[in-house]
Amino acid sequence: MAEEPIIQIKNVHKRFGAVEALRGVSLDVYRGEVVVIIGPSGSGKSTLLRCINRLEEYDEGQIIVDGIPLDSAQNINAVRREVGMVFQSFNLFMHMTALENLILAQQVVRKRSRAEAQEIAYNLLVKVGIPEKANAYPIQLSGGQQQRVAIARALAMNPKIMLFDEPTSALDPEMIKEVLDVMLNLAQEGMTMVVVSHEMGFARAAANRALLMDGGLIIEEAAPDVLFTNPKHERTREFLSKVLH
Amino acid sequence: MDKQPSGSEQIKELVKIPGVEPSARLDPWWWLVVLVIASVALLVLLIPDPYRRIYTFVLDGVYVTIGVTIVAFLFILIVGMIGGLGRLSKNKLIYGFFTLYVEIIRGIPILVQLIWWYYAFPVVIQGIGRALNIQALIGYQANAVAMAILGLVVCYGAYMSEIYRAGIQSIPKGQMEAARSLGMTYFQAMRYVILPQAIRIILPPVGNEFIALLKDSSLVSAVAVADLTRRGREFMAATFQPLPTWIMVALLYLIMTLFSARIVGWIEKKTKFER
Repeated sequence: MAEEPIIQIKNVHKRFGAVEALRGVSLDVYRGEVVVIIGPSGSGKSTLLRCINRLEEYDEGQIIVDGIPLDSAQNINAVRREVGMVFQSFNLFMHMTALENLILAQQVVRKRSRAEAQEIAYNLLVKVGIPEKANAYPIQLSGGQQQRVAIARALAMNPKIMLFDEPTSALDPEMIKEVLDVMLNLAQEGMTMVVVSHEMGFARAAANRALLMDGGLIIEEAAPDVLFTNPKHERTREFLSKVLH
Repeated sequence: MDKQPSGSEQIKELVKIPGVEPSARLDPWWWLVVLVIASVALLVLLIPDPYRRIYTFVLDGVYVTIGVTIVAFLFILIVGMIGGLGRLSKNKLIYGFFTLYVEIIRGIPILVQLIWWYYAFPVVIQGIGRALNIQALIGYQANAVAMAILGLVVCYGAYMSEIYRAGIQSIPKGQMEAARSLGMTYFQAMRYVILPQAIRIILPPVGNEFIALLKDSSLVSAVAVADLTRRGREFMAATFQPLPTWIMVALLYLIMTLFSARIVGWIEKKTKFER
């Protein structure tokens, strides 16, 4: 591919004290690609994701997002403006309504007018299917609704890339689908996405590539169908046998 | 088809106690405030000698007590916020400075601190003035009220720093991460996301600090400030009537503290939100 990758991760190492969470990870993600990362807990998959918008500092290596190297405070904020993130625990601002959650960063970071931010926010709530909850506080929403608001909040910044850190792991089973549908929709619109998740259905339907991480390394990388049904590595097979019932 | 109640309406339905409108219930402790005010009024009206004389004599002291307390408290809220953020700073110098401040201040009795600012601090200023030959500093005289407020702010600011620190730390880490991931700077995230939530959590201890400050402000009577306590002592010295004097002074303090406690309780109720 002649095109420059929108995310370039080069030989990244990350240590938490004596534990080495990432042991030299390299990964390129291209514009419009959807990459799903699976792996056991403690494999470093969330850490890798959090390095991309520098919520986690890395000790060695280099990450370049949309041509901007993550090396100065100024650059980090510039990258964060272009990279949306969705968390396992939603992290909606508890003292604000759904609509206010979507408006805040638009005004503070993007410097949009209140009226403009409000219109964008409302349209995004329509897009994720809960405009009637615009004035509800997070505590009044179900987990699935909270996560959809969180996705809309990230989208309000018009990100070029969306990172999902186990977006459905904290949800009741009957709410997982409503969140995955929003994500699927987003993937079909051509959003560049890096998703840490064990939702095989989503990976098969939307992902260009699936990766298995273990022990701070990328063990195997393939198209989702290939990785899930016919993995090359013993470690991948062993992991999948525990996840797929 | 029946209209489905929204989530918020459902929650309101659940918490409603049958027959009792939450807003209609008056906090019964308001009656205690009324009772104390009534007893002062009765003493002043029915036994004018000495209570009416005491009341008129110490009234300007009440204003001084209220003024010193409110002005000091406004500065304490600011110092506490700066101190609390400083205690959470990753910068070792800033962290060290504010930790040292908190540790030193908490280790010295407040009365000693007040005396220090009024009597000892000016000597330091005058000494610096002599060393540098600056006339304005050599002739420096401490203003009693200003030094009293400074002393209260420095002392209570240290305790308030710890309240702010605990409040900020009680907000889940994910809130800061979500704000930062949207491109907000640390200070924007603090201002719009963390502090608004932390302040609601620290409101009860902050309210308690206000009431404690109101009472501790009586210590400024030791450094030449004519507050309620000092006016009481002056009246006692002039008339040798300790019992009625200190009954009146105590009741006046009680009105102020009980009233403040009710206000704090009311604000707490108004700003309460579910997490």
